[in-house]
Amino acid sequence: MNFFQIISEIEKVDPEVYDRLDSRRSVFKNMSGLGQKLAAAAVPLAVGAIFNKVYAQTPMGASVNDVLNFALKLEYLESYFYNSRTTVTGLSAQNSAALALIATDEANHVSFLRKVLAGNAIPVPATTGVFDYTAKGAFPTALTSAATYLALAQSFEDTGVRAYKGAAPLVMSNKTVLTAALNIHSVEARHASHIRAMRRAGVASTAPSQGVPVSPYTSAPKSWVSGTDGGGAVPGVTDAIYGAGNNTNAVSGITYESEATTTQGGVNLATNTTISGFPTSAFSEAFDEGLDVGTVAKIANLFSVSGTYFS
Amino acid sequence: MSTKLIPSSQPQLSDVDKPLYAPIKRRSFFMYAGATAGATALVLAGCSKSDSSPGTVSVGSGDAGVLNYAYALEQLEAGFYTSLRTGTYYTGLQAGSAEKLILDDLYYHEVIHRDFFKTAITAAMATPIKALTPDFSKINFNDRTSVLGTAKAFEDLGVAAYNGAGQYITSPTYLYIAGKIVSVEARHAAIIRDLVSENTFVGNDIITLTSGSNSSVATNNSDANSSLERSMSPSEVIAIANTFLADGSKLDVSGIK
Repeated sequence: MNFFQIISEIEKVDPEVYDRLDSRRSVFKNMSGLGQKLAAAAVPLAVGAIFNKVYAQTPMGASVNDVLNFALKLEYLESYFYNSRTTVTGLSAQNSAALALIATDEANHVSFLRKVLAGNAIPVPATTGVFDYTAKGAFPTALTSAATYLALAQSFEDTGVRAYKGAAPLVMSNKTVLTAALNIHSVEARHASHIRAMRRAGVASTAPSQGVPVSPYTSAPKSWVSGTDGGGAVPGVTDAIYGAGNNTNAVSGITYESEATTTQGGVNLATNTTISGFPTSAFSEAFDEGLDVGTVAKIANLFSVSGTYFS
Repeated sequence: MSTKLIPSSQPQLSDVDKPLYAPIKRRSFFMYAGATAGATALVLAGCSKSDSSPGTVSVGSGDAGVLNYAYALEQLEAGFYTSLRTGTYYTGLQAGSAEKLILDDLYYHEVIHRDFFKTAITAAMATPIKALTPDFSKINFNDRTSVLGTAKAFEDLGVAAYNGAGQYITSPTYLYIAGKIVSVEARHAAIIRDLVSENTFVGNDIITLTSGSNSSVATNNSDANSSLERSMSPSEVIAIANTFLADGSKLDVSGIK
């Protein structure tokens, strides 16, 4: 790809192109260095991100970079949380090993997004004073009690899945960014599935987590979201993670439904398909729902010291 | 096994001319989709159903092609979880046991996905592909290792397929719906992998950890230590899926581009 020729072509049509690029010509001075630092496959993505910043505003008015930076903030919330797992007591070795695997993934997601965003990335948040995992005292044992810790882990993972899903249509103008977001999205869903299994089996379990049946359901989540999961891991605080979103700025055709919905594509699957004899809960479980950025920010801000980090 | 993936009580290919659902339901789907241009494209794409290679089933092109591609994969998964219910591995599971409950839920979810796509494709005025005939002769439904190993392969394949197909979807509505399904498939994949071996819900065979690429499949942005799950292109996916489909039901995805 001859990048400078592309710019030249655009310049013929749009003489202001250099001025539209927010860091002006310095962006291009830095391009050669940038290319050396990034893997070959990531270069088109970086270039695409620059163009998106200039020309492609998402329907909600944010640039693709804004969406990626929001994702990066959520990844920091998760990454720092899993890095704090060493203060938690009562976890079996097997469960500690699982958390170590997840911690690695979240740290990798942080560094991947930073590399994609390059100079447009948000500053690295301080490890203390930015996030408050007790949610201003709602979870006093957030980083000490294994049960509380896993309840929060499930909440963060399920929120992450809904956030990436809800944001996917906002970045679809850039296929590379979209695919990368999807590639993170499914990893978060795998984490959520496993954390839910760990909670089912118990924090100190040494038996395989999947070997424990869901019973009673109220105290043992399935590995997928069923209805609104009774308000989630901590009903009264985590309800919004499974509720409906705000559709004010949603992309045309998209509504952020509650996780309990059984209607997909305008058809209530529980009543209007040829399927009979299935439990109603299965129709909600078969589809995860997305959330809008605003609602995700509201949920995440519960864990922000300032209360506005995600706004 | 010659059983159709979709029971004969459900509408078959010969029924496509008959309305499956009342017009009001089709209309409600369109109101939800809210994309006139996309709808037009779907109608046109849906017409290109004629097989491009003899004996294969073309999924078509455009968004309808991607929906039919997903429908094909969901037929395969639903057929698998339906078939396993007659094997002695499943029938021998204790009532109320975790493994039985998990396999029951996966059966429900995949059958729902399959029927959803048939409904959605029809409602979008496109033509669903026929009910595919599977070839599960390589699977021993009486053996736990064989069943769970195949389930793992199908679920991981499904996630990689959706991840790789997102970029071919032009309608935000359909992209969003694909996103709603892929995370459930990922939840399935994680639990099946853990049933095979605890704490394998993620791993370097599906997620870029220590190496920049995994298995034989190139991933997008597959830098080492990025923890991105792999994507697979439609042609990479059907190279595997077709080994589980009978002659005459093998897929052609060349229209998706």
